[in-house]
Amino acid sequence: MKQATQLAAFCGDPVCTDRAPASRKHFGVLTATLLVCAPLLTAASQPPPAPAISPPATAAPPDDGQWTMPAKNYASTRYSELAEINEGNVKNLQVAFTFSTGVNKGQEAAPLVIGNTMYIVTPFPNIVYALDLSKPGAPMKWKYEPNPEPAAQGVACCDVVTRGAAFADGRVFFNTLDGHTIALDANSGQPIWNAHIANINIGETITMAPLVVKGKVLVGNSGGEMGVRGWVKALDAGDGHVVWTAYNTGPDKEVLIGPDFKPHYDMDKGKDLGVTTWPPEAWKIGGGNMWGWISYDPDLNLIFHGTGNPGPWNPDLRPGDNKWTSGIFARDADTGAAKWFYQWTPHDLHDYDGINEQVLLDMNWQGKPRKVLVRPERNGYLYVLDRTTGEVLSAKPYGPVNSSKGVDLKTGRLIENPDKLTGTGKVVRDICPTASGLKDWQPSAFSPKTGLLYIPHNNLCMDEEGVEVNYIAGTPYVGMNVRMIPGPGGNRGAFTAWDIAAEKPAWSLKENFPVWSGAVVTAGDVVFYGTMEGWFKAVSAKTGDLLWQFKTSSGIIGQPITYRGPDGHQYVAILSGVGGWAGAIVSGDLDPRDATAALGFVNVMKDLKNTTTAGGTLYVFRLP
Amino acid sequence: MRPVVALLLSASLALAACQREERDTRPQSALGSGEQPIPVTTLEPGGQRPSPADNKAASFEANAFHLSEGKRLFGWFNCSGCHANGGGGMGPALMDEKWIYGSSMESIHATIRDGRPNGMPSFRDKIPDDQIWELAAFVRSLSGNAPSSAAPSRNDDMMVHPSENRMPDAATLGKSP
Repeated sequence: MKQATQLAAFCGDPVCTDRAPASRKHFGVLTATLLVCAPLLTAASQPPPAPAISPPATAAPPDDGQWTMPAKNYASTRYSELAEINEGNVKNLQVAFTFSTGVNKGQEAAPLVIGNTMYIVTPFPNIVYALDLSKPGAPMKWKYEPNPEPAAQGVACCDVVTRGAAFADGRVFFNTLDGHTIALDANSGQPIWNAHIANINIGETITMAPLVVKGKVLVGNSGGEMGVRGWVKALDAGDGHVVWTAYNTGPDKEVLIGPDFKPHYDMDKGKDLGVTTWPPEAWKIGGGNMWGWISYDPDLNLIFHGTGNPGPWNPDLRPGDNKWTSGIFARDADTGAAKWFYQWTPHDLHDYDGINEQVLLDMNWQGKPRKVLVRPERNGYLYVLDRTTGEVLSAKPYGPVNSSKGVDLKTGRLIENPDKLTGTGKVVRDICPTASGLKDWQPSAFSPKTGLLYIPHNNLCMDEEGVEVNYIAGTPYVGMNVRMIPGPGGNRGAFTAWDIAAEKPAWSLKENFPVWSGAVVTAGDVVFYGTMEGWFKAVSAKTGDLLWQFKTSSGIIGQPITYRGPDGHQYVAILSGVGGWAGAIVSGDLDPRDATAALGFVNVMKDLKNTTTAGGTLYVFRLP
Repeated sequence: MRPVVALLLSASLALAACQREERDTRPQSALGSGEQPIPVTTLEPGGQRPSPADNKAASFEANAFHLSEGKRLFGWFNCSGCHANGGGGMGPALMDEKWIYGSSMESIHATIRDGRPNGMPSFRDKIPDDQIWELAAFVRSLSGNAPSSAAPSRNDDMMVHPSENRMPDAATLGKSP
């Protein structure tokens, strides 16, 4: 196995791996690589070995056909072992039922399926619906309306989205835009507790899906564009009281940095860096919010979460590395105590939030078994980290990047491009990727069958101009005019299958609009994702060939899931409804004549209003 | 106690009046100018009543100085953080022809001063009243509702849209009716 991995990394070409069907199709290429890769091909002719790369079993238990958290499992693979729908029959998929959420804002949430019930949570006003899957047409079992404060809409950057709920121990946990975490009885929809943990009057909102780990509900705040100090809180799943709070800026004590904190790189070592890497007091309004994804490794008892961009965007107001923003923490799952930290983007210049998903995998890396964490990061690099130490094993761009010139693997530091430094009164043009990153929040999926990570992402560049900004609590704290443009090639989005072992793409599909939806991959070797035009697509996990597509009523920015229904058959579900930062031009009815509208995103989405309209509908598919 | 304060106040006012000529820069108290009953709908049972126009509206509208001050304040008070340079973002677009709470100077002034329930904050105690009127005048100019002779000219920085004095009227998008 060790030999095979080494050779795969050396040969690089996708046909060198043991994916026989793909190899047969490209016989000419196969012959050409035969000379170089002969030993590997011999190995591949033996009975199929265990997957070379796979999530730790404790973080990704055998599939029970349910979908209890947006990321599918603690390893965040978004991989389903269901295989009834496969490459051969996916073309026959048809609609099983639909359901209108009644809310026409960006639908970024993943539906959940537990037993015979599906749970969906809408964007503001964050209504939760339970649908009975055991009856024809999946009628509503109950709904819960939390009635969040309408004023919260005014401090929610980039649409009033939510990224979903989480299920544990008979309870559904979700967050409201106005800063409440609520636990509902999954059977009755009755609230069990309601914790008010964020304050809209200082610009805090909550848009992330909670993660439940060992009886604690983990939640972070949004507000990186409002000068909000980022935190992650652990609430007791039983009664909702706050067990611990870890801030992402400020003194070590409040960041929960103690004697166990052992960062791998020198740049992250020192006392109270969350204070000293900022101008006086600036850390109090410095961002570093946590509105994305958390993964959990039960073996190491660690949770992993990123931190958002520093505020304001204009970097002239915050000289220094701005710890602990735009980075990633490993924390003790019980106490929140930090174990290590790595900063993707020190002193961020371009709003590169570091909050994307982290996929936990075990693999051989240069001959040694390593516990790794794979992160397609907003700054454009596909990072492979050793998740026990935070050491960077690999950082390769997975799309066009010119804002930096790579990652120094000795120091761990991102190498800035001096031509793309932003500042007050200066217009810097053609910065790639944009503030929204090569990839934003939209989560990728990993298949142990192919060893590929399926990444929905953007292909955009931007002009930036720093402007003066005043801090007024509860109002935006940005200080940057941004104007986005399509990236090289003109396609604004892409869907890339990344060969983690070979550190290069296996294939990539161009999309006209940014791919703002998540992805899911199955043992049937089918990958599902949606486009902002409204197409819900199934492509081959091996080749990327389009196998099936269905046009939904609005653009798709949600997270597909797949589950086994009460009838024993496999279903696929997606929420359709355009919005989010990329789709704010439609969901917020913005004016395309202003290039800086929606923090510059409108300029590159001018035609979206002529392509799709706002919506909010659940689609569920099955084979006939 | 109260008569003493009133006496002191009038004395200080009298002193101030002695020192300089009368100017109209702060004709009323800096924070908040009385209540203006501005309806936010045109639907009024029994027929529309004439809206009592605030005499301040006319003096701020179409005034080049106030419009350019409004443009400066639009950035300084972070209005641009939500409404961008008129195209909107977290908040609605201001350069289009759609007005959720009315297009009059008085309505816009009331929106900034008192806020609106779906996310517009109240700046009542943050922005002096005259500056709210300046902001209101600038907001109207974003959709071409100000004479080009008075509206601010082009930005010094990144050109994000035509300058306000060249902005086509939003209702007609520059076409003659």
